[in-house]
Amino acid sequence: MGITVEGASKRFGDFQALNDVSIDVPNGSLTALLGPSGSGKSTLLRAIAGLENLDGGRVLIDDEDVSTKPVQKREVGFVFQHYAAFKHMTVYENVGFGLKIRKWEKDKISERVHELLRLVQLDGLAGRYPSQLSGGQRQRMALARALAVQPQVLLLDEPFGALDAKVRKDLRAWLRNLHEEMHVTTIFVTHDQEEAMDVAEQLVVMNEGRVEQSGTADELYEQPANEFVMTFVGEVNRLGEHFVRPHDMEVALDRDENSEEAMVQRIVQLGFEVRIEFALADGTEIWAQLTRAELQKLELREKQIVYVRPRQTKVFSGDVPSPDGRGASTPHDRKPGDGNAEVSAAV
Amino acid sequence: MRTANGRRGRWSLRALGLGYLTVLLLAPLVVIFFKTFEHGLAPPIEAVTSPDGLHALKLSLLMVAIAVPLNTIFGVGCALLLVRHRWKGNAVIDSIINLPFAISPIVIGLSLFLLYGTKGWFGPALSEAGIEILFSVPGMVLASIFVSVPFVVRETVPVLQEIGTEQEQAASTLGANAWQTFRRITLPAIRWGVAYGIVLTTARVLGEFGAVSIVSGQISGETETLPLFVEKQFTNFNTAGAYGASVLLALLALTTLLAMNVLKRKEDA
Repeated sequence: MGITVEGASKRFGDFQALNDVSIDVPNGSLTALLGPSGSGKSTLLRAIAGLENLDGGRVLIDDEDVSTKPVQKREVGFVFQHYAAFKHMTVYENVGFGLKIRKWEKDKISERVHELLRLVQLDGLAGRYPSQLSGGQRQRMALARALAVQPQVLLLDEPFGALDAKVRKDLRAWLRNLHEEMHVTTIFVTHDQEEAMDVAEQLVVMNEGRVEQSGTADELYEQPANEFVMTFVGEVNRLGEHFVRPHDMEVALDRDENSEEAMVQRIVQLGFEVRIEFALADGTEIWAQLTRAELQKLELREKQIVYVRPRQTKVFSGDVPSPDGRGASTPHDRKPGDGNAEVSAAV
Repeated sequence: MRTANGRRGRWSLRALGLGYLTVLLLAPLVVIFFKTFEHGLAPPIEAVTSPDGLHALKLSLLMVAIAVPLNTIFGVGCALLLVRHRWKGNAVIDSIINLPFAISPIVIGLSLFLLYGTKGWFGPALSEAGIEILFSVPGMVLASIFVSVPFVVRETVPVLQEIGTEQEQAASTLGANAWQTFRRITLPAIRWGVAYGIVLTTARVLGEFGAVSIVSGQISGETETLPLFVEKQFTNFNTAGAYGASVLLALLALTTLLAMNVLKRKEDA
């Protein structure tokens, strides 16, 4: 069941949460809505579910306009960031809730609930109450509850946001596998670009109530439409109007025609990856991402003078995406006196 | 040294609290029980089981049977309105609900008297239609409802605020309509708040004197609730009857409290 949103807008008082948003989610895909807080991604998800009414625009599920359909008739599975577990019900009753509402027979409910509990690896915990579960278990229960009614689409609102890093990683892989098996059209909201790239096939980057760009992780990373997407989907150095990924910074001990002198300020070892911070002659601070092997070969020390050169940069003029900024220029083209360039990292 | 001081502080605080409760609450109750059974069980039982006494008991229970369910339904609905549907009129509704706390019951009785009396706003019209509010049960029911309106609302509002709306939203995405969501999700989540409100409402209705006394006309065997019966016995120097009915009132209130605790314990087990 594909999902289409056309020209959605929503205002909360003075705040424009959604501003003419259109997205297209193909049938059976796994799509991430990615953006900083306040970008409208959750509002968009809630509007698709029917938990929020749009001021303008419409929502189509499987080519049917559901804009006026109440939430309980839209047959969407929704998973909340804070689980929204029914606290007075056991795990079994939570998962079976939607089926009970649909007046399924007891035997059928029992069969389906146990099938789902096996799927989410909670089969031994059917009699527990949500308060007796860990965060990860609660979220899996919430997922089983949403899946029990065989929804047309599955919507997840920052599903791993309240979990610790380790559990998050496990659940990410687990969600991906689940989607492989079930192939129900899934949209999930996240502010974590790594999570979005790890889990989703398609990403929609949102900012200030608008869609900035959508595409695969690769497309967003390699051909960002604008400055916002460039800085949001990965780390960047800014050299005047040029944006460079830290892993596109080449570091050499000898000068060459396109390189620039820089002083090593700090070397941060992050396991396989090493982060080297430099100051350029004009005071601009940038950093490069090297592998451990590269660092060992260079034998860098702090306060050492080296020569840096970007392999490729991107330039955006206003909001218009550059046709192809690849290798277009080097930091030498920076306007003189442009000292306000600085290290900019992803949010 | 510090812990010794802390312990001493804690104990003196406890003693102070217990002393306060003993002098102000426990002592009067004990005296009543003692006085009631001073000359054996017979006199108080005789007084309470007299026709007027039994009628007063029945009437008090009738007040509870009418006012408590009405105020429970109204209270839960009102709490839902206040918490779940934010609009500008909420502050006004909120203050109006608190009025019975702020106004003396006597004043409430008087205002009902003015409204439904022979020269009141509604009195003459209702009288013509053959409905008598004053000096009869309907007026007393009105007074009982009036004084006990706030309890269920006040006990339910904070619980509703605390549980939030996510569980209700989850239920609606799973196909539950508004009524199913209320019955299966909201009500179970707020039930102890509501139950506590019901206990307080019951106690208030049982004990109400001022407002009911004005609108009832205090006709023995007709419009006399237990508290009115107590007062009449007391002013007629029938102390056995007064104390006996008082003990009965206290026992009724204790029973409601106990009933709630038993239910709650069963639930937790």
